[in-house]
Amino acid sequence: MSTVSWITVRGLFGRRRFLLLLPLPVVLVLLAVLSRSLGVDPGEWGPPVLVGLGLAVVLPVVALIVGTGVLGAEIDDGTIVHILTKPLPRWQIVLPKLAVAAGVTAVTVAVPLFVAGMLADSVRLGLSLAAASAVGALAYSALFLALSLLTRRPVLLGLVYVLIWEGLLGTVVSGTKVLSIQQYVIALADRLAPTGLLQGGVSVPVAAVMSALISVGFTVLAIDRLRSFSMAGETS
Amino acid sequence: MTTISADQAAGTPTAVTSTLDLAGVSRWYGNVVAVNDVSMSLGPGVTGLLGPNGAGKTTLLHMMAGFLAPSRGAVSLDGRPTWRNPDVYRRLGLVSEREAVHTFLTAYEFVLASAKLHRLPDPAGAARRAIALVEMEAAQDRRIGTYSKGMRQRARVAAALVHEPQVLLLDEPFNGMDPRQRLHMMELLHRLGDAGRTILFSSHILEEVEQVSGTVQVMVAGRLAASGDFRTIRRLMTNRPHVFTVHSTDDRALAVALIAEASVTGVELDRAGLTVRAGDYGAFTRVLPKIALREGVRVRQLVPQDESLESVFSYLVEA
Repeated sequence: MSTVSWITVRGLFGRRRFLLLLPLPVVLVLLAVLSRSLGVDPGEWGPPVLVGLGLAVVLPVVALIVGTGVLGAEIDDGTIVHILTKPLPRWQIVLPKLAVAAGVTAVTVAVPLFVAGMLADSVRLGLSLAAASAVGALAYSALFLALSLLTRRPVLLGLVYVLIWEGLLGTVVSGTKVLSIQQYVIALADRLAPTGLLQGGVSVPVAAVMSALISVGFTVLAIDRLRSFSMAGETS
Repeated sequence: MTTISADQAAGTPTAVTSTLDLAGVSRWYGNVVAVNDVSMSLGPGVTGLLGPNGAGKTTLLHMMAGFLAPSRGAVSLDGRPTWRNPDVYRRLGLVSEREAVHTFLTAYEFVLASAKLHRLPDPAGAARRAIALVEMEAAQDRRIGTYSKGMRQRARVAAALVHEPQVLLLDEPFNGMDPRQRLHMMELLHRLGDAGRTILFSSHILEEVEQVSGTVQVMVAGRLAASGDFRTIRRLMTNRPHVFTVHSTDDRALAVALIAEASVTGVELDRAGLTVRAGDYGAFTRVLPKIALREGVRVRQLVPQDESLESVFSYLVEA
């Protein structure tokens, strides 16, 4: 593990907000287990639990907590300076942090989604949800990591994107779905395991291309912004 | 640059010295000018960057360290710009003012991580040397979160020194330190400066600068107000006119008597009382009681008006 990743992981798990990651995946699994054991029709509970909770809430919120934590928290408390005062090309700082963010998010989200998908339909659906959410984890992480360099309020802006853009506008204005990571994940998961439980709003090629574009584009943007990282002026 | 790395590996980094140059550097935020047309060249030895709070010291340090783009002018280390150029950190170390440390690490882990990030050939050895330099061996395996402020500062200095940089910038390094820690830090800076490194530290406290450095750069309101040998500047500061407010039973009679005194350069009489400008602090305070006694005037109050550092600084700007 590179030193940057090591510090990032220690920083992430050393902060109390890491505990925020736990409840959501647990609720997801509990709901799936409960619905299954009560014999509810998967067609009834599948969409609200898998999509409404899993892909629309658990994935983006976990990605938001982790994605803004790997860099944004260090910018907030000033420890970023220790890493920046090293003769490292800035991509060697951004890429390990992105890898940690995407990895931690993917593991935290993919496991409960796999369990829920398996209970709703099949192992295949579980695996496809896990794989698609890993792609989503990468795209969300790139977005939120770049946000922590573009604004002083990355968490707020991230929440606006997830709740307003994806959550609200996504259901009302269909055009916004083209710029919704959540829709890409649904389209990809449905393509890997067609079940009728997932209703994608975008085509699979759009989902694949846009996921790649967002991941790469925001990573490049983050590297460039980090190159010009400025410390706030004297406040006293 | 390769020669420097080779020297570092050999443990003789001081064979190479570095110069930090500022040419006509300004920085503004909207309409507010934080740093105004500052030019200086810093070579080996300890230099103090002195100025009241809000003078632009931190902004200047951030520009030197490549953490802020100058709005105008250029900052360069050995001819290479510091902004958007991470390579300068091979020769430059920074201890920022904000007490930012990874509290979940031990000092050794923290310094070792720095050494690894610098890709030093022997990170463990370099970390041990840096910790020994700041005399933190005894506490190196404790989490930084358990340290006192002075110990944290030393841990941060060790991390900034782990690659034996030619230039070390410290922003208010003595803040929050007790006298013993302060003395220790001063000795350390002296040693580093004597070894040929370029050390710049900022401070708003005159005495700190006096004890550490021979050379000072004084900043006031974003401008470089004075620069050079500390003693010369200190003399300028002590020889400046001192302003006193005097209240007595007969201000007018006292004013007449005072203006005849050599140590008094000006007297002003208004409703609030008597304002006296004295060229020589000691002579004036000795002579005032004698004059009052001779004139039969009773002095009720004597208040020196401009003893704050800010007024000392602003005098320097005018000088």
